[in-house]
Amino acid sequence: MLYFIIFIVIIFLIGMFIVSIYNSLVGLRNRVKNAWSQIDVQLKRRHDLIPNLIETVKGYMTHERQIMENITKYRSQAMDANTVGEKAAAEGLLSGALGQLRVQVENYPDLKANQNFLALQEELTSTENKISFARQAYNDQVLFYNNKIQMFPSNIIAGMFSFKEEEFFQVEDKAEKEVPKVSFN
Amino acid sequence: MWELIQANRRKSVFIFLGMGLLLLLIGYVFGSFYNPDSGGFVGLFLAIIIWAILSTVSYFAGSKIILGISGAKEVTKEIHPQLFNVVEEMRIAANLPNQPKIYIISDAAPNAFATGIKPENSAIAVTAGLLGQLNRDELQGVVAHEMSHILNRDILLMTFAGMMLGAITLMADIFARSFWYGGGTRYKSKSSNRGGGQAQLIIMIAALVFAILGPIMAQLLYFAISRKREYLADASAVRLTRYPEGLASALEKISVSHLDLKTANKVTAPMYIINPLKKKGMQIANLTSTHPPITERIRILRSISQGIDYSDYQVAFNQIKGKRSPLIPLSGISEKLNLSLRKPESSAGESEELLDTKREVGDLMMKLNEYKFINCTCGLKLKIPPQFNSDTITCPKCGRIHTLNI
Repeated sequence: MLYFIIFIVIIFLIGMFIVSIYNSLVGLRNRVKNAWSQIDVQLKRRHDLIPNLIETVKGYMTHERQIMENITKYRSQAMDANTVGEKAAAEGLLSGALGQLRVQVENYPDLKANQNFLALQEELTSTENKISFARQAYNDQVLFYNNKIQMFPSNIIAGMFSFKEEEFFQVEDKAEKEVPKVSFN
Repeated sequence: MWELIQANRRKSVFIFLGMGLLLLLIGYVFGSFYNPDSGGFVGLFLAIIIWAILSTVSYFAGSKIILGISGAKEVTKEIHPQLFNVVEEMRIAANLPNQPKIYIISDAAPNAFATGIKPENSAIAVTAGLLGQLNRDELQGVVAHEMSHILNRDILLMTFAGMMLGAITLMADIFARSFWYGGGTRYKSKSSNRGGGQAQLIIMIAALVFAILGPIMAQLLYFAISRKREYLADASAVRLTRYPEGLASALEKISVSHLDLKTANKVTAPMYIINPLKKKGMQIANLTSTHPPITERIRILRSISQGIDYSDYQVAFNQIKGKRSPLIPLSGISEKLNLSLRKPESSAGESEELLDTKREVGDLMMKLNEYKFINCTCGLKLKIPPQFNSDTITCPKCGRIHTLNI
């Protein structure tokens, strides 16, 4: 009888252990999903900001028609993109074009004094930051999740219930990896 | 980061129980001092009641009280869009589901604090002076530090610790007063009546020792946790921003300010990013300071040169302090990441004039106090106080008449 009780208790404890690891894996996977959706939210925000930005800048930056055309083009490409690869490529190009615009703004003192533009610039800077922080958070979450899947003993439970490792979000665009140009004058 | 939160939660429960035990012990000893037969349990009961009241109040109303004391006002995005954006950026980096509420304190001394037992109803408060003096990267560092307090559940830990400290101090105080004015005579009469003086003497000595040492012990413990939490929040902030220089130069700017935060007091001091009181005494790290010395925090942050992990912060910490100190639980270190530093925001054209800064702080404080602003076409900015009750106002420079739309 005593052995039976001990047996039951051990089975119960093992059951509890498996349940708790399973639950923490599910929690981590949901956090990865949530972090991914945050990136999408911020990318969409950037798309919404661009028409406003072009409208404000158009009157001042008469010589930078090419940059603005690029921005509009990449924006619509990014919005039409279906696959993740296409999307990442278009968003990368868009980031590059916006970066160029920001460098050129330095040549237009009138524009830099425009309150409306300053507010927009803050929003744009913040959105760019939010995109990169959302990516960072996503990668952090993926790392914790993958670690959990690979490490003992949670790897056994992950294997039993087929939890799969997630992929990191890599920056594809070349321009983003380059050091930003800063001019002192 | 999750393991850190887990460790923190365990620690907060542990300290909660430990300090609670100390509280009960003090209650029992004080009680038995007044009545050796059954007083111990009455004292114990009283201690539980004091603890229950304090814990209930601080759990449900703590952040409201603290925000109230500090004179912080909740603001909308229009008042300071940058602050809102920076808080949201850090919220995203921390992967927290809810945006903390944002408060501004109408004070020129630069400082900041975070409050809220749960991340769901947390708040971040910064002073107008902080917003005026810091650039975007520095503000981000400060907000990241505060967000780390929320993320690491530091506020929960500090509330419980502070509450225990309060209860112990209160009881020791009550005991000391009553002992001074009457308890002593009762002891004498009783011991002479019964002759069982030895046990009484032991209880009396124990009660006195507890009355004197209890609050000191509790306070040292409280301060020790506070200092440790500040280092941990610095480390987490670097982890969130990937940019230690932002927080380092923010701390530098805050530390050179000579202004005192008027609304801060001894109780709320440990909550701020740097100690708002007695700036001079902060040079030396001693047992009785709530914050680590700021110069040391800055040096640690500046010496992080390669990676942005907790272990990198730990390496820098050990270099500066010249000792191995278990600052961060080992489980946090084991998650070794190869995270790299970030480049600063393009800071071209960000050299602000000191005058502009002062004007900005002033404007912000006026906005908080519901002043209205009208930009006149002659370039003058009219600042209209909320008490102004005419419909039109004449520009004092060019004489144009503006109508106020209320």
